[in-house]
Amino acid sequence: MQSLEQTVDEILNLASSHFKVSRSELSPTDDFFKTLKIDSLQALELLTRLENHFRIELPDYEVQGVSDFQTLGERIQARL
Amino acid sequence: MLDLNRYPSLGAALKDALDRFAGEICLIEADRDRENHRLTYREFRDRALPITAYLQERGFDSGSRAAIIMTNQSKWLISAYAVFYSGGVLVPLDYKLSALEHIPLLKHSKAEVLVTEYHFWRAITQSPDFGDIKIKTVIVTDAPASAELEGAIRWEEANSESTPNFIERERSDWACIVYSSGTGGRPKGCVLTHDNYLEQCVALTSLYPFWPGVRYLSILPTNHAIDFMVGFIGPFVCGATVVHLRTLRPEFVREAFTRYQITYMALVPMVLKNLETGLRTRFAELPPAKRFVLNRLIWLNKKFTQKEPNLELSRKLLKQVHEAFGGGLRALFVGGAFMSPETLQFFYELGIQVGNGYGLTEAGTAVTLNDFKPFRADTVGKPLPGMEVKILNPDAEGIGQVAVRSRTVMAQYLDDPELTSETIVDGWLMTGDLGRFDSMGHLQLFGRAKNMIVTEEGKNVYPEDIESAFDGLPVKEYCVFAANYIWPERSMLGEKLVIVLRLDEGQEVDDALIAKLLERNRRLLNFKRISGYVVWRQDFPRTASMKIKRYQLAEQIRESFDRQTALKEL
Repeated sequence: MQSLEQTVDEILNLASSHFKVSRSELSPTDDFFKTLKIDSLQALELLTRLENHFRIELPDYEVQGVSDFQTLGERIQARL
Repeated sequence: MLDLNRYPSLGAALKDALDRFAGEICLIEADRDRENHRLTYREFRDRALPITAYLQERGFDSGSRAAIIMTNQSKWLISAYAVFYSGGVLVPLDYKLSALEHIPLLKHSKAEVLVTEYHFWRAITQSPDFGDIKIKTVIVTDAPASAELEGAIRWEEANSESTPNFIERERSDWACIVYSSGTGGRPKGCVLTHDNYLEQCVALTSLYPFWPGVRYLSILPTNHAIDFMVGFIGPFVCGATVVHLRTLRPEFVREAFTRYQITYMALVPMVLKNLETGLRTRFAELPPAKRFVLNRLIWLNKKFTQKEPNLELSRKLLKQVHEAFGGGLRALFVGGAFMSPETLQFFYELGIQVGNGYGLTEAGTAVTLNDFKPFRADTVGKPLPGMEVKILNPDAEGIGQVAVRSRTVMAQYLDDPELTSETIVDGWLMTGDLGRFDSMGHLQLFGRAKNMIVTEEGKNVYPEDIESAFDGLPVKEYCVFAANYIWPERSMLGEKLVIVLRLDEGQEVDDALIAKLLERNRRLLNFKRISGYVVWRQDFPRTASMKIKRYQLAEQIRESFDRQTALKEL
């Protein structure tokens, strides 16, 4: 199984390409609402992309209250 | 539809509805693109009575209180029915709050029963304040087989074969306690009676009728006043169908329109804007010739619906657009927050009616609603039948505080006579919102006189409720405000929270303090975060009991600085 670090890295890559933000501007502890300038619906759209990428299913409630890439990575890692 | 004037309580009306519409489809529960199940009204009743009997055997009785913390699903409505059938009082709590926020509300409401999903219950039991709540019966849904339930019982086991007693209630009895705020400060539990709800239901269904075959898509949390009314009480007393979608993912919401041939849906501004963006993107991607045709059809539709909507014509002219919404959509309801006129106009020009209104928990659900005669995107419509609305102390432009009197206005704030008497004065509910009527009798809103914000997600955020997140901040003292409370603006869009920092003598704002602010801010849910700070060099005015005199402090800041000079973005 891949490491948490790899998972977070893949999340950052995907967020960067989906929201057209330079990868170098993103770091694991960033608040993605602020860094990506997105609302909670756009965050859910990102989640769907991540689910497809990692081939998992994350219920909406699993990410309720999550706002940084690192924690998001942990939630995804737990389901890999 | 049932004649609600004949019924003394929600329980009595719902009970009759389940008998009268027994063979109609009552609920469809879907998760993403999967359908979990669908129930007729008869099947709904058959599922509700065993849990009702179980609750009654556990001592749940007339006036007992039961809280629900659940996402939108059939068990939410089944539990609520069991409560009303037993003559109880429902406490619908916002599932989007954290366990730390749920616990004070559970405690304040004195709920004896809690029905919740396993993951919410797990969070509550793991909270350091778990010991503060004393709930006799906790019923947990969606629990994995191996889960440790900490004294709760599984939904599947919470049933009894005995016949429950139907407990009659009066119109003036309490039906629900709905919290409009107070997760971190003074709890504001709006006590709503059976009369409040039945009156509101009559008013709303007179404008937007339901009947068997109508399908309402429920994505707003059912604890929200709008969904509770148009996604539960309204459709049920008319034999319509409620479709629960257990995800808010935009792609599945869009799919649900066509999959379930949706008739009505309530949403918050953020979701409506998301739909608008999706449509605009699709329009922009059309080849030039098709786009030209579409623009001409929109122009034609606009011309023919200037005075009033013509749904059949719009469906013919803009067939593909309406088919993307399932083809049977009659209206979208938007509420919970202020909606920009441009978005409303965009949908109206496509022939999609958006029922835009104004309401607050304290007044039931809706106070005003657009009646489309004619459509006015810049207003929140006219008062609903039975609503008296007046503008207090209007200024030269006719703008003043909106006050409401009607049978839908709450009875009181739970256990807070002082706040109740400040809020309901001589029978009039002081809304704290600023507005005026235009010459046609449409209400226009211009801002707030109260210290709060409403986000595009329809969330009311009171500064007092988030201040504890900044406990221990290395400053002499601090206070959180709605920016518009300090510097009133005639707008209800883009509202922001700001923190006022009283620094120690000689202290300056440095990187360490900013980092601390950002770190504390991150602990809050994104819609509760502050967006800037104001430096203040005097001690805060306080009462004898050392509470900050917020109004006075806001006034002092306003007199000393303008917004642009004082407010620094975070």
